[in-house]
Amino acid sequence: MAYFLQQFINVLQTGSTYSLIALGYTMVYGVLSMINFAHGDIFMVGAFLFFLFVSTLKLPFVPSMLAATVLTALLGVATERFAYRPLRGAPKMSAVITALGVGVLLEHLTLAINPYPRHIPAMFEGSGTWSAGGVVISQLKAAIIVFSLLMMALLDFTINKTKLGMAIRAISWDMSVVPLMGVSVNGVIAATFAIGAGLGGIAGVLYSLAYPVINPYMGVMVGWKAFISAVIGGIGNVRGAIVGGYVLGLVETLTIVFLPATYRDVTAFSLLLILLVYRPYGLMGKPKTFKV
Amino acid sequence: MMKIFRTAIHGQPAGPRRPMLAVIIAGFALSIALPYFGLLNKYVIFVLISVGINVILTISLNLVNGFMGEFSVGHAGFMAVGAYGAAVTSVNVIPRWMGAAAFPTAILAGGLAAALVSLFVAIPSFKTRGDYLAIVTLAFAMIVKSALENMDVLGGPRGFMGMQQFTTLPWVFFWMVLSLWAIRNFVYSAYGRGVLSIREDETASELSGVDTRKVKVLTFALSSFFAGVAGGLYAHLLQFINPSMFDVIKSTEMLIMVYLGGVGSIAGSILGASIYTILMEVLRPMGVWRMVLMPAVLILLMIFRPRGIMGLRELRWFVYKAIPHSGAAAKGQNIGNT
Repeated sequence: MAYFLQQFINVLQTGSTYSLIALGYTMVYGVLSMINFAHGDIFMVGAFLFFLFVSTLKLPFVPSMLAATVLTALLGVATERFAYRPLRGAPKMSAVITALGVGVLLEHLTLAINPYPRHIPAMFEGSGTWSAGGVVISQLKAAIIVFSLLMMALLDFTINKTKLGMAIRAISWDMSVVPLMGVSVNGVIAATFAIGAGLGGIAGVLYSLAYPVINPYMGVMVGWKAFISAVIGGIGNVRGAIVGGYVLGLVETLTIVFLPATYRDVTAFSLLLILLVYRPYGLMGKPKTFKV
Repeated sequence: MMKIFRTAIHGQPAGPRRPMLAVIIAGFALSIALPYFGLLNKYVIFVLISVGINVILTISLNLVNGFMGEFSVGHAGFMAVGAYGAAVTSVNVIPRWMGAAAFPTAILAGGLAAALVSLFVAIPSFKTRGDYLAIVTLAFAMIVKSALENMDVLGGPRGFMGMQQFTTLPWVFFWMVLSLWAIRNFVYSAYGRGVLSIREDETASELSGVDTRKVKVLTFALSSFFAGVAGGLYAHLLQFINPSMFDVIKSTEMLIMVYLGGVGSIAGSILGASIYTILMEVLRPMGVWRMVLMPAVLILLMIFRPRGIMGLRELRWFVYKAIPHSGAAAKGQNIGNT
């Protein structure tokens, strides 16, 4: 029993990372119907920026995290402005390929500027662990989980209760009517990218606290897992993405429990393939019909 | 939806075909003679072989992305299956004394293995289209890579070796011509009309009697066969393969060659693969920054010239009779059902 509870905490931790990143995929899909394949690499840039502030510039934790988040948000806005906006009227294939290109560009740019894997210094060495009934949880892990959940709650509030959230939902409903209501479409899309990329940046910081060795390709696999989470929940659906992240975390942890750990990726991708064929709108999405 | 493909393409008049055969023979003779008489150094031969392999990859990806209008963005997966299939055949199946004589068998085995696994992508493509199919193909490539990493028999993440260096310039030239010839003839066949009609409007082509499922399975199989052939040649060129050679970066390279040369164009595939491969060799002194340039080129191409240099146009050489506009191509024919 304790073993399963212990694994459950791992589910919460990996699930939180996936959910935070999945939100970026799902929000961009919601407003632009486009899969931003570069999002996983934005997560990686977040971790590297955090490293830059913490280790190279020797700033304390909170300002470093804030600065990394703001800069990744700006990076998200910049990719939208310079790579995706010129293609808004173009066929979808162009956007997909461009997004792949942006992802590889971010990876290689990071690699060119910073050719070595880096080690995030341990910042919370003093933090202890709690244990109850044979289940051990480090305070750092607990903090990561709680903070992620807080961020998701904040986002859910923003989407459902604020004016900006209403504009985002309106754009995903019908982009052509929104400007007639006096809402700036470009502004709202930029804000969506900023929020999505900012959450990705936060995920990068939290992930690098838990797994301190960072390298330019770390965003590829995590980004894919997050994308699978978004598809599980129904891409375009914010709450679906949150649930999907934890579902994927659960599936992966179960795989590790019952099979060799190296089968984790194969399971995740097989799940994606099966979902796309049988239920492409995800667990919480609605099926789309198209007219001939 | 697919605005960029609305141009008619294959309307050019007939051109003289005899020079084609002469060029092929001359090219083949040169590919034997130049290395034989030591007129090219090893590095130049290596670059030429890479160009040839990349032409095969580009034409095979172009068949799916350019001619059929589906998105495959995980073609490196097929290449990996071909590379491993060919390598295992030549190391473990074919007796060593047969040497280079059995090389085509190994390559064929790789190609057939790749064609077989293409069903994993072809069957989902019946129901999904567009960006979702792009995800299916990418996920497929990821699965292939992770599966290979998990197979200890094939060396796992350490890779597989033991192949002899059978890939020579004449062999690459032969397979390159074969792939161009096969895909060109396929595109101009009755099935090929079906392929083009799927690109233009899948529903309409189905309504006019194209068995779209059959056409898709065939096209994916042919395309991945040649991707597998390229993989086999690659494996016998480097004499060492490992799963991480066939990652997203490799797929991205193929996409760049297709979209640089031109979608839906045989001449464009040759052009794109040649320009890209030679450019990357010339820029080698740039080091890592060369790898930054590669995706940047792709993004700029997508924004400013999404169809590439020869997009939807063809050299007269590769067209052998006047064919009506592709939109009308499927009219009145029972493509795929015959």
